[in-house]
Amino acid sequence: MIKMTIEELHLHYGEFHALKGIHMNIPANEVTALIGPSGCGKSTLLKSLNRMNDLVEGCRITGSVRLDGQDIYGNMDVNDLRRRVGMVFQKPNPFPMSVFDNVAYGPRTHGTRNKRKLEEIVEKALRQAAIWDEVKDRLHKSAMGLSGGQQQRLCIARALAVEPEVLLMDESTSALDPISTGRIEDLILELKKQYTIVMVTHNMQQALRISDNTAFFLLGDMVEMDKTQKLFTMPGDKRTEDYITGRFG
Amino acid sequence: MAKFRETAMRYVFLLSAVLCIACVGVICVYLLGSGIPTMFEIGLDNFFGTTWKPGSGSYGIFPFIVGSIYVTAGAILIGVPIGVLCAVYLAWFCPQKLYKVLNPAVRLMAGIPSIIYGFFGLTVLVPMIQSMTGTSGKGLLTASLLLGIMILPTIIGTAEPALRAVPRPYYDGALALGATHERSVFSVVVPAASSGLMSGVILGIGRAIGETMAVIMIAGNQTRMPGGLFDGLRTMTSNIVMEMGYSTGLHRQALVATGVVLFVFILLINLLFSLAKKKEGTE
Amino acid sequence: MKRTSSLRRFRGHPAALMQYLLVHLAALLTGGTVLVLIGYILITGIPHLSLDLFAWNFTTENQSMMPAIINTLCMTVLTLLMAVPVGVGAAIYLAEYAKRGNVLVKMVRITAETLAGIPSIVYGLFGFMFFNVALGWGYSMLSGAVTLAIMVLPLVMRTTEEALNSVSDTFREGSFGLGAGKLRTVFRIVLPAAVPGILSGIILSIGRIVGESAALIFTAGSGRESLSFMTQDGFSLFAPLFQSTRTLSVHMYNLMNEGLHMDEARATAVVLLVLVLGINALSSYLGKKLTKGKEL
Repeated sequence: MIKMTIEELHLHYGEFHALKGIHMNIPANEVTALIGPSGCGKSTLLKSLNRMNDLVEGCRITGSVRLDGQDIYGNMDVNDLRRRVGMVFQKPNPFPMSVFDNVAYGPRTHGTRNKRKLEEIVEKALRQAAIWDEVKDRLHKSAMGLSGGQQQRLCIARALAVEPEVLLMDESTSALDPISTGRIEDLILELKKQYTIVMVTHNMQQALRISDNTAFFLLGDMVEMDKTQKLFTMPGDKRTEDYITGRFG
Repeated sequence: MAKFRETAMRYVFLLSAVLCIACVGVICVYLLGSGIPTMFEIGLDNFFGTTWKPGSGSYGIFPFIVGSIYVTAGAILIGVPIGVLCAVYLAWFCPQKLYKVLNPAVRLMAGIPSIIYGFFGLTVLVPMIQSMTGTSGKGLLTASLLLGIMILPTIIGTAEPALRAVPRPYYDGALALGATHERSVFSVVVPAASSGLMSGVILGIGRAIGETMAVIMIAGNQTRMPGGLFDGLRTMTSNIVMEMGYSTGLHRQALVATGVVLFVFILLINLLFSLAKKKEGTE
Repeated sequence: MKRTSSLRRFRGHPAALMQYLLVHLAALLTGGTVLVLIGYILITGIPHLSLDLFAWNFTTENQSMMPAIINTLCMTVLTLLMAVPVGVGAAIYLAEYAKRGNVLVKMVRITAETLAGIPSIVYGLFGFMFFNVALGWGYSMLSGAVTLAIMVLPLVMRTTEEALNSVSDTFREGSFGLGAGKLRTVFRIVLPAAVPGILSGIILSIGRIVGESAALIFTAGSGRESLSFMTQDGFSLFAPLFQSTRTLSVHMYNLMNEGLHMDEARATAVVLLVLVLGINALSSYLGKKLTKGKEL
């Protein structure tokens, strides 16, 4: 089943043509990895899936991105879109408030006020993000006191608390140590049962370990997309082969 | 509903920003609008003349303009060397421990109300100069001295960061050529920070020329052309405060026009300041 | 910066010695001035502090500063009530809504700089002509407060804008990424993170309000009586707003000007100085807290 469809997507930052006509299908309940050298447009593409590019000045987008068949650049409410398509950023960015308030921020934003209900949601999200046991005794202390890896899992919990359908992860382990990275990779494998996950990564081993599909980007073009196993063993394009064998990038 | 609130608040914030502009607009229009016609009503000859005798229709504010310029110049002569040298000390000579005391002390100076400076001037400086010179003690020298003290924090506060912002390699380069610490600082660092120092001086000028309550206590406030160092004089600011309370009609208008002249001086100083800052940016 | 502090190193460098001595002299003069100034005010003033000076009502015998202290408090609150919402609102617009290079932003910047450079007597003159005379408010607390509000507006706006700009963009992204709108992001995430900076600006403004005299003499006037809700026509909730009121600074100016009560002026100076110094200390404490927060 296809969760998101991208068609003829062009994106300009002022004069710069950052995405040049991308076509792509993102399957539901699978992990899709976007790889490619720096500046190839993979993060830009990720951000256009929940319209975070709207915040960038001078950014123009043409083409269509559909979520369950509905055009997200059409008359869909952007805040509702971002609730359905959650995002975890490169660097952990917990808000300067308590652990509980961090996770409850999303549900509160979307109108949940009942305290009991919020407690339920927060616990569930923290459990899903495999961080409940570490923070259950300090729910009402500042989230800034957590370690980097804990902060990132908290951010994942925060994203899960609004019950998104798709989870975008923008190099979400690049700022973490190997042990924290491992825990988050395990978490991603667990989460894909319920969510559709799109991740940008610089780490090809990581793409190989946890993604089902991989798309390779170069200079604003999508060179090819395939099942991860196939792309890494028998790439269809010479440029993909050069990249994954480390000849450039 | 949420959409409406977003849009509504956006306009509320916009309105606040516009209100700030409106304030300046209203002040400018109102002051200039009532001051400039007054100047013509009084007659420019009369208004920029040397006699101020509102009772007999003479509204010459030239002595006060000169008075303002004199005390400001005096304050600069006293405040700038001390201020700049003190900033050099703070940025390049001061031991860490002393800095923790001296820096807050300077900032504290900026926070002391001018009425307290005026009080200090009246009860300390005036008697001091009185006994030293045998004059009234109120006048150009006293006012310059006090204003010189008052602009110190302004100058130091701008000059010190400018001196600190000079890249370290400049200093190291000079030192590596065998220059002493002092020579490296004064021949390389200070010139490199010159436009920042200039900003500080200009801000100091603005503060000195606009100062009112301290000056009025110690300048003597005589309505004649300023004379020597120990003679009393009146500035534009003190002229307004001295007579606003009981003035009416054209007299009051003339005081507003005095304010307009002061305002124009300040605008010119602001212009100078932004030019100095622009230069700072390009260097 | 380790240097041999021995004066021997100046042998053959008379200019360097000169410069060395000059900067130390300047620092000594500056530090000494602060010390003398504060010491003088405290030493000559404290002996004159007496309970009479804090009597509830002003009489010509006691020259109490109590009404002036209360007026200062009311004036401060009233001024902030006007200046803070507008200043913070304008700063939010500049920092969160306006696009870069927006003409309005440039205009607000220029006007803020202009406002900041205007001497307080010009504000006083304007306030007198506009609020007291043209609008007919007369010598009144309201007229003084509005004048002061315009005066501290740029200070509030600038410090708030700086505080907002220092809030990391990752917080904003995080909030938007969860589907929060701009308004919620600003009020729940950005503003709370900027609070220490905003507060330090507000406290700085309080310092200016408390210390101000030139802008108030002709707007708020120098009424010595305590604020009262009673007028000739009976009770009125707005009566204090239109009463002539002197703040502590103006009170001190009047004491000095009359020249009859220098001892009381000395005592008032102590109270005023302590008040302003306390306010400034609080502001720099909060400012420090802000820079510490950034390191997290």
